[in-house]
Amino acid sequence: MRISDNPLLMREIIMDHYNDPINKKVPENVSEYKQIRMDSTSCIDDITIYVKEKNNVVEDCKFDGVACTICTSSTDIMCDLVKGKTKDEIEEIAHNYFNMIYEKEYDEDLIEEAVVFKNTYKQASRIKCATLGWNGLKAILFGEENEEK
Amino acid sequence: MYDVNKIRKDFPMLDGTKLNQGHPLVYLDNAATTFKPKCVIEACNRYYEEECANSHRGDYDLAYKVDVTVDEVRNKVAKFINAKKEEVVFTSGTSMSINLVASGYGVKHLKKGDEILLTEAEHASNVLPWFKVKEMTGCSINYIPLDKEGRLTVENVKKTINKNTKIVAIAQITNVLGYLCDVKEIAKVCHEYGAILVLDGAQSIPHVPVDVKDLDCDFLSFSGHKIYGPTGIGVLYGKFELLQDTDPFMSGGGNNARFDMCGNVSFLQPPAKFEAGTLNLAGIYGLGAAIDYVNKIGMEEIHKYELELRNYAVSKLKTLQNLIIYNEFAEGGIITINVKDVFAQDEASYLNSKGICVRSGEHCAKILHDFLKTMATVRISFGLYNTKEEIDVLYETLKNGGDFLDAYF
Repeated sequence: MRISDNPLLMREIIMDHYNDPINKKVPENVSEYKQIRMDSTSCIDDITIYVKEKNNVVEDCKFDGVACTICTSSTDIMCDLVKGKTKDEIEEIAHNYFNMIYEKEYDEDLIEEAVVFKNTYKQASRIKCATLGWNGLKAILFGEENEEK
Repeated sequence: MYDVNKIRKDFPMLDGTKLNQGHPLVYLDNAATTFKPKCVIEACNRYYEEECANSHRGDYDLAYKVDVTVDEVRNKVAKFINAKKEEVVFTSGTSMSINLVASGYGVKHLKKGDEILLTEAEHASNVLPWFKVKEMTGCSINYIPLDKEGRLTVENVKKTINKNTKIVAIAQITNVLGYLCDVKEIAKVCHEYGAILVLDGAQSIPHVPVDVKDLDCDFLSFSGHKIYGPTGIGVLYGKFELLQDTDPFMSGGGNNARFDMCGNVSFLQPPAKFEAGTLNLAGIYGLGAAIDYVNKIGMEEIHKYELELRNYAVSKLKTLQNLIIYNEFAEGGIITINVKDVFAQDEASYLNSKGICVRSGEHCAKILHDFLKTMATVRISFGLYNTKEEIDVLYETLKNGGDFLDAYF
């Protein structure tokens, strides 16, 4: 069964990544990371994303700050998802993730656990929360912060 | 007899056709802004549809009519707060009003060694303009401590104020905790020390009767949209001699008597000297209608009704074990809560999914550590049209407030 067929599992995944976000910390060798502060203008979320990149591969991704459940868990899942991947692969994943958020066609297999946010459109005010981490990552990797729509 | 159902009929937003997430709309974010009664909307439209012209020196009837209305509304506002007409300046809202006092009076008169007193419960709009004054004049900013509950007491004003204090800037009702402070006594203390009292009335004007003569505050700011009027129109009241002693922070059309090529300008007297540029005329029409509207119901009546609502809500919400109430005894129509172990923003989303509009917010570091011991809270705020039935909906929804992810499934 797919994750997206099981609302209970989806809840559990969101809550796990909220209650125990393993990527939520300032990295030890922070000087090796590029970082960006993502302070939402429309809500409380205020996080900093840290990305360590070498030879076009994201070796590590972390974040820290204050954020709601949706922002915390979506960013934590994102960190898991992009670790060890190339920039091209990440661009593809991000593109599919944003497509899902904005109710367009997307490849569920590509975004793995991040599919738990497929209902975000029901709470439009939380779209910012579910994309804050992703926008930060894109800004670091691709120098863009403009939201895909 | 306060007939809330009759009152609700005046508000198009409450006509029962507006849904929020498929549920009947329960609007409990009145501290942010309020819905508008039909008479206010019609008054704004009357400007655009019937009397559209610029104010100031129009040579035709239409423009004259606009001037008369602006004058009438100024008079209405003055009567509403017991001021003189010349003491009422139209601004875009509370933020602009406070900025005007800060830059026009604060920067002009304060110097190194002088002090501005604030509290840690002030809204950003009553903090940041004063930071600017500090930056520009070298004066200092200090904070009057709040008591255990988060209240501003006369006692603490007395303890903090000193001969260097030139300005005390406080909210009559604070926007997070909703406490009403004793302005009259605080004004006395300020004046004993030669300081002026700059009052932020954004959260008090819509909910309690305010009489500036009786309070003896020196400046008072408020917004039209929080008192059922349009957005983009607000008021600065100042004692006339203080307004004369305040510089405009905008110059241009409408605020000067004459000027020459050498740069000599003679500004008009207050309030015109602060009103450069075309005013928000439709906003002024609407503000006038809003004041008529609340006057018809009566500010005393409104205050009494909102307190009754608040008490009803607190007594119900208190029974919920999963709830923390931060300001059980506040006088304003604000209840600040959290559901245990739920981040405020998640709770607000959950309430939204059930049709209930509230605001979640974070608070400045001080108040958070000293009083609330949390990063963020959910603010419920009442207006004159809220009902006990709406509070029942809130209560039933908060009962299950821990299941906040329901909003997404």
